[in-house]
Amino acid sequence: MKDMTKMKKNPAGIIIVYLFLVFWALTTIYPILWVLQNSFKAKDKILGNSFALPFGELFTMANYRKAFETTDILGSYKSSLFISTMVALLVVLLAGMGAYALARYKFFGSGLIHSLVVGAMMFPAFATVISVFQMEFRWGIANTGNWFLNMLSVILPQVAGNLAFAMVVLMGYIKGLPIELEEAAYMEGCNVFQIYFKVIMPLTKPSFATVAIFSFLWSYNDLFTQSFFLRRPDMYSITMMLNSISAKEGTDYGMMAAVVALIIVPVIIVYCFLQKYIIKGMTAGAVKG
Amino acid sequence: MGANIYRNKKPALVFLLPAFLFMVLFLYYPFFKNILNSFMEIKRLGIAGTEFNTPWYSNYTQMFQDQNVWTSVKNTIVMMVVTLVGQVGIAIVLALMVDNIGRGKQFFRTVFFFPIVISATALGLMFNLIFLYDKGMVNQMLEALGKQNLTDWKAEGIALFTMMLPVMWQYVGFYFVILVTGLNNISEELYEAARIDGATTLQRVRYISVPLLHNVICTCSVLAVTGALKVFDLPWVMFPKGMPLKTTFLTGTYMYYQTMETKNVDYGAALAVLIVVLGIVLSKVVNAIFREKDY
Repeated sequence: MKDMTKMKKNPAGIIIVYLFLVFWALTTIYPILWVLQNSFKAKDKILGNSFALPFGELFTMANYRKAFETTDILGSYKSSLFISTMVALLVVLLAGMGAYALARYKFFGSGLIHSLVVGAMMFPAFATVISVFQMEFRWGIANTGNWFLNMLSVILPQVAGNLAFAMVVLMGYIKGLPIELEEAAYMEGCNVFQIYFKVIMPLTKPSFATVAIFSFLWSYNDLFTQSFFLRRPDMYSITMMLNSISAKEGTDYGMMAAVVALIIVPVIIVYCFLQKYIIKGMTAGAVKG
Repeated sequence: MGANIYRNKKPALVFLLPAFLFMVLFLYYPFFKNILNSFMEIKRLGIAGTEFNTPWYSNYTQMFQDQNVWTSVKNTIVMMVVTLVGQVGIAIVLALMVDNIGRGKQFFRTVFFFPIVISATALGLMFNLIFLYDKGMVNQMLEALGKQNLTDWKAEGIALFTMMLPVMWQYVGFYFVILVTGLNNISEELYEAARIDGATTLQRVRYISVPLLHNVICTCSVLAVTGALKVFDLPWVMFPKGMPLKTTFLTGTYMYYQTMETKNVDYGAALAVLIVVLGIVLSKVVNAIFREKDY
């Protein structure tokens, strides 16, 4: 119905509108296709004809071979996936419980804690990273040779950085749940912890998904925090590996294109399948205002 | 009745404590420690300062004399204007257009949004290739269009443009999605009534869509301005260490440069304080300009 009422207009206008939209779509799609097609061409062939498709003589896998030889891409994937999965899990766990308590309990100081949570969203990573590094260095978990501890040193500040936002999103959702369900569970003899894990958590699933996706992507894409805590090349995450390779091998354009492709393509595939949830997750906080 | 369950307050403590401790330990404590750090003498990251600077506020006097600080603040403010006008502006146009077409809404939504999902670091490498002097995509395109001499996109003067364009481009889709959601919330009956009264498409956009979108646009503007202060990854990958000639520093990249590259850790901490102050002042200004209205 909506489309029916709006589609009555002059065809010239429609064409202009579509041209503009297609143009912007091209600016987001074409650069990535360009990098992809050039990742299959020898370094010296890119310069001559970067717009040609890599068929026949132009085609080579040499860039990919070199990418795997000179960088530890699989190791970086392992680090990044471990860090981001842990961040998403911890944020969901901690923020979920905290949000439940703040949404349902009124106690002395609960207003203050609520303001502290909202205030915590404002801290930029710049303002905390030096002190956090000092603290973790004192604990012996930052900049050590132990893979797990080093990963932990990134996970902790990243969890803290996402926690406040996650709590605000979850609180809004839990407040909107009908309290009658909790009452019914209480009547049946559930204690508060059972109510949380058996009633609240299943009902809050969509919001948990939003928060998990947001935290995962934020952590996965972050360079600033990771560049403080993951400075050992054997422990590089993906963003750190990319950053170091652009400094070291910046002139081998073919290999650079191959590395970018190896990093971007999996993300695009995941995005195609989960786009509905990802878009919702990334814009959740903003829409709520 | 519901209060019965929650009359015993002790479980609340168990639920709240882990998250609360996390925030205190990794946000509130480091934040205030950082202010203290900015007055101490710290020569190595990880080692706590033991002595105060002489005089203790010397980092802050140095800041006023540091040419790079002025450059980075200026660049950051330019970045804010660019994100505000570029990101939100383009997003409004795109959203209004998509709202008025029949086919392909979902397609454009998917395509416009997806640069946000990709890490800014990877996009930085990609744009390094695209803006290569020697046969990057842009220069080859311009050549094909008949341009004779190539442009060095990373030279002084144009470097700032080359840095801000990708940052702006990446987040247009974000505001686009927020605005489209806002447009979908506008009641269809209003458009219907306007159509019966004989309003053209442009009139419907001008007198229904735009006014009713006012609050959403305000939200986007505040997000764009505060977001500009946090930009780090892409500029650092494309223009590390403020090159060329330290002209492309932003407040965030300069703070990182001082902390990690020149090992002037306490000065880095002072710059972080400056970022916080800038953030507070600017969001107050933006909130005052874009105050939400009730219709």
